Amino acid sequence: MTNDKIIIVKDMLKKFGDFVANDHLNFDVHRGEIFGFLGANGAGKTTAMKILTGLSKPSSGEITVAGYDVYKSGDTIKRNIGYMSQKFSLYEDLTIAENIRLFGGIYGLSRKEIKKRSAKILTQLGIEDMANKLVGSLPLGWKQKIAFSVAIVHDPAIVFLDEPTSGVDPITRRQFWDLIYDAAQRGITIFVTTHYMDEAEYCDRVAILVDGKMIALDSPQQMKKAYKKQNMNDVFVELARGKRFFEKAPNNK
Amino acid sequence: MKRFIGLLQKEFLHIFRDVRTIMILFGMPVVQILIFGYVIKNEVSEVDIAVLDYSRDETTIALKNKLEASGYFNILYELQSPKEIHEHFKEGKIKEVIVFPKGFSEKLTQGKSPSVQLILDATDPNYAQIVGQYTEAICLDFGLQESQIISQSSGISIQNRMFFNEKMESSYLFVPGTMAFILMLLSALMSSVSIAREKEFGSMEILLVSPLKPIQVVLGKVMPYVILAFANAVSVILVGNLVFGVPIEGSMLLLMLASVIFVFTALALGIMISTISNNQLTAMMMSMFVLMLPTMLLSGFIFPIENMPVFLQWLSTIIPARWYLDIIKIIMLKGGGMAFIWQQLLILIGMFVVFIGISVKNYKIRLE
Amino acid sequence: MSEIRIENISKNYGKVQAVKNVSFSVKSGELFGLIGPDGAGKSSLIRIITSLLLPDSGNIQLGEYDVVKDYKIIRRLIGYMPGKFSLYQDLTVKENLEFFATVFGSSIEENYDLIKDIYHQIEPFKNRRAGKLSGGMKQKLALSCALIHKPEFLILDEPTTGVDAVSRAEFWDMLDRLKSKGISILASTPYMDEAMRCDRIALMQKGEILGTNKPSEISKMIQHDMFGVRADDMYKLKQFLSKCIDVDAVNLFGQEIHISLKTGINETSIREKLALQGFSNLEFRQIEAEIEDVFIHLMTRQAKEVKNDQ
Repeated sequence: MTNDKIIIVKDMLKKFGDFVANDHLNFDVHRGEIFGFLGANGAGKTTAMKILTGLSKPSSGEITVAGYDVYKSGDTIKRNIGYMSQKFSLYEDLTIAENIRLFGGIYGLSRKEIKKRSAKILTQLGIEDMANKLVGSLPLGWKQKIAFSVAIVHDPAIVFLDEPTSGVDPITRRQFWDLIYDAAQRGITIFVTTHYMDEAEYCDRVAILVDGKMIALDSPQQMKKAYKKQNMNDVFVELARGKRFFEKAPNNK
Repeated sequence: MKRFIGLLQKEFLHIFRDVRTIMILFGMPVVQILIFGYVIKNEVSEVDIAVLDYSRDETTIALKNKLEASGYFNILYELQSPKEIHEHFKEGKIKEVIVFPKGFSEKLTQGKSPSVQLILDATDPNYAQIVGQYTEAICLDFGLQESQIISQSSGISIQNRMFFNEKMESSYLFVPGTMAFILMLLSALMSSVSIAREKEFGSMEILLVSPLKPIQVVLGKVMPYVILAFANAVSVILVGNLVFGVPIEGSMLLLMLASVIFVFTALALGIMISTISNNQLTAMMMSMFVLMLPTMLLSGFIFPIENMPVFLQWLSTIIPARWYLDIIKIIMLKGGGMAFIWQQLLILIGMFVVFIGISVKNYKIRLE
Repeated sequence: MSEIRIENISKNYGKVQAVKNVSFSVKSGELFGLIGPDGAGKSSLIRIITSLLLPDSGNIQLGEYDVVKDYKIIRRLIGYMPGKFSLYQDLTVKENLEFFATVFGSSIEENYDLIKDIYHQIEPFKNRRAGKLSGGMKQKLALSCALIHKPEFLILDEPTTGVDAVSRAEFWDMLDRLKSKGISILASTPYMDEAMRCDRIALMQKGEILGTNKPSEISKMIQHDMFGVRADDMYKLKQFLSKCIDVDAVNLFGQEIHISLKTGINETSIREKLALQGFSNLEFRQIEAEIEDVFIHLMTRQAKEVKNDQ
C-alpha cells in the first residue's frame, strides 16, 4: 500500500559540481513512524532533508513527499510539512507569543485557531508566564523546544528536524524527545537527523549515511541483532569503519 | 624576522588565492578612473537649447551660428512667442532659452549694448550655471568681434585665463581625486577587512596565543597592501596621463613619496577600524561610512571645499584625502616642489602617528 | 612540572555569569576532560586558561607561570585548538602547517616526531586546501598545527564536535598517545560518552563545576541505586513511571529507561507495581549509573539549590 508510505525516495542523486552529496539514495518513510537519519557532518543528511522539504531540487531521482512530487509540487509540500533546523528556528527579537502567531499565520491558521494553539503550546511546555519574553533571552534548550512546537503548530503530516538536540543539555534533550514522542502519538510522522547515537535508539527505523551513501536502513533492534552489538554506537562505528570510503589521495604528490 | 616573513608569505597567498580579490584590486582602480573620467564631466557639449529671436537680423543669425559652431550648443527650436518657453522647459528637451530683443543689430552698431536674456532650467543648478557661463562667454566673444564699440564704451573688458587647466578639463580634477579615493579604499578597506577576517574565522585566536608580537601581525597585514596600493597608484597615474592627458608637471619621485605616505596613513586608519570591528561586514560598513563617503564628499574631490559651510570645512581638515588631493594637484598640475607641499605632508604624517598610536593602544592581546 | 591549577575563577559578561568560582587542577601528564552542554561556560573557561580572556577574579597557574602576568611565556608553552575550525581554509594543508611552524619559530622537520602519527594520515592530501578536507581530516590538521611547536600543555575546545563516531574514536586514541609523551591535556566536549576516554573529568553546567572525578568513580556520585527498565511499549512505560510516586528520576537512555527510587522505597515494591500493569517483555535490572545519569542528577540538584537560594 503506497498510502502507508508518506515519503518515497527512489534513486535520489544530488551533485554540487563534482561533489556527490547524495549518492542514489533509496528509502521509504512510513506514516506515523519516527525515522532517524544518522551520519557525521558532511555525510549528506542536510542535503537530503533540503530536497525532501522542497528547499532544493535533486539532480535526479523520483521523490514523493506526502503524496506530492518534489519537482512539481514543491510549494504544496511546504504547506504540508513542518521544518526545524539547528541554525534558524525562531525570530530572536520577537516574543514567544509573537513567534507562534507569526508561524501560525504563515501556515494560514485562523486567528481563533492560533489563539487556541498558542495556549496549548504554552501549557504543554509549562511556560504560560513567559509568553511575552523575547526568544533571544531564553536558553538554547528552551528555544529548541519552542521551535519544535512552532514547527508542528499547523499539524503537518510530517515534521523534519535537523539535529534539533545538538549541544543541548541531557535533561532538555530528553524533554525534547518527550515532545517528539507526543507528536508521533498524535500521528505526525517524524523525520529527524542526529549524531547522538542513543537518540538513534528512540527511532522506529534509522538510516545510516556515510559520504553521501546509505549504508544501512533498519530498526535499531534489528541492526543490533544483525551486527551483534550492544548499542547503536557500536553498530555505527562498525558500519562506518567497514564501509568508509577513504578520501582518494591526489596523484600529484 | 623569520616569523614575519612567514606571515608575509601567508598574506600574499591569501590575496592570490582569491580571484575575486585580485580582480577588485587590479581591475577596480582602472575601471573606476575610466568611469569617473568619462561619466562625471563638468564641461558641457551639445546642449539642446531654444532661441526666441525678436530681431531676426544678420547679427542674431551670425550669433546663433557661432553658438552652434562652438560644439557646445545645439539649437533645437526657434520659438515664436514667450508662451512656448515654459512648455518646452516642461518637456525637458531643452536646458536653456536665449532671448534676443528687437533691434539687436542696430543697438550693437549704435554702440548701445544690447541685452541678451538667458533663461535656464535650473533643476540641476550646477549644470545650469555652467551652461549659462558658456553662453555668456560666447556672446561676449561675439560682441567683441562684431563691434569694437562695445569694448570701448564699456571701458572694462574681462578676460579670463584658466591657469593650470586651460581647457577646463574636468579629468584634471577627477584623476587626482580618483587616485586619492582608490588608495584610501584599497589601503584602509582591504587591510581592515583582512584583519577582521581573521577574527571572524577564529584564526585570530591562534595568532594571539602564538609568540607573534602585535606589531608583527599588524605589519604583516599592512605590507602586502603597501605594495599593491603603490602598484595601483602607478596604474592610475598612467591611465590618467595616457587616456585623459593629465600632465605630471612636477617630480614623479615626489609624487610617489607623497603617495606612499598617504598609503601608510590610510592603512593606519584601516587598522584602527579593524581594532573595533569583529567581522568583515562591520569592517566593510565602517570603512564605507567612515572612509568612502567622507573621502568622496569632503576631500574636495567632488564639491569644492571653499563652498562648504564652515562646519564642514572644519570637518574636512581631518580627512586625509583632502591633504593628499592638495599635494597631488600641486605636483601634477602646478609642478610644485617640496616647498609647497611640506605642510600637507606633515599633516599626513601626523595623522599616521595618531592612528597607529590609537591602534596599538586598542590592539587587544586578548579576546573580549 | 606541567600542572594546570585553576583557582576560584569567575567571569561575567554583563549580567550573565559565564564562569562561577571554578576550581580544579590538571595533573602533569594527565588527560583531563571538561564535560558539559553548549552554554555551560566551557569555552569561556578555556579561553581564560589560554590567556585569551582575563578572569574577573581567581587565578590560574600553568606550571610555575601565572596566566595573567606571564601570558607571553604561557603562549609559547601551550598548544591550543579553538572550538571553531580556525585554520586558513584557502591555504593548503602543508602551507597551514608551515605557517604555524614558522610563527612559533619552529619547523615541520624539527618536531616531526611528535606529529608524525597524526600528520602521516593527512600527508597524502598535503596539497589540498584546508577548506576542502573532511571534518575528521580538518581536525587532524588542526591538532598537528597545535602540536607543531612541541607544547607542554595541549588545550582543546570541543575537538570532536560534528565529527563522525569513527573519527572521534581515532582522535581520542591520538590524545592517548600524546599523553604518553608527557603532554598535559585539557579537552572539552559536549559528548558524555567521551568522558570514559579521560583520566579525570569535570562536569560543567551553567558556569559551575558540578563535580570532578575519575570516570570509573563517577557512578559513585549517585548514592542511591539505579535501575534499568524496558518493555515493548516504551512510551507507555515511561508515562507510567513518570507518574509513579515511588520513582524519583525517570530518564530515557537509548533502549532503556533509567530510574532511581525515592528514599525509603525498595526495589520489590516498584517491581510489583510494574507487574500489575501487564507490560509485555518487561525487563528490570539494577545498573551502575552512567555519566549522563550523574550529570542529570547533579543538574537537578543544582537547579534545586538555585531555587532554594531564591
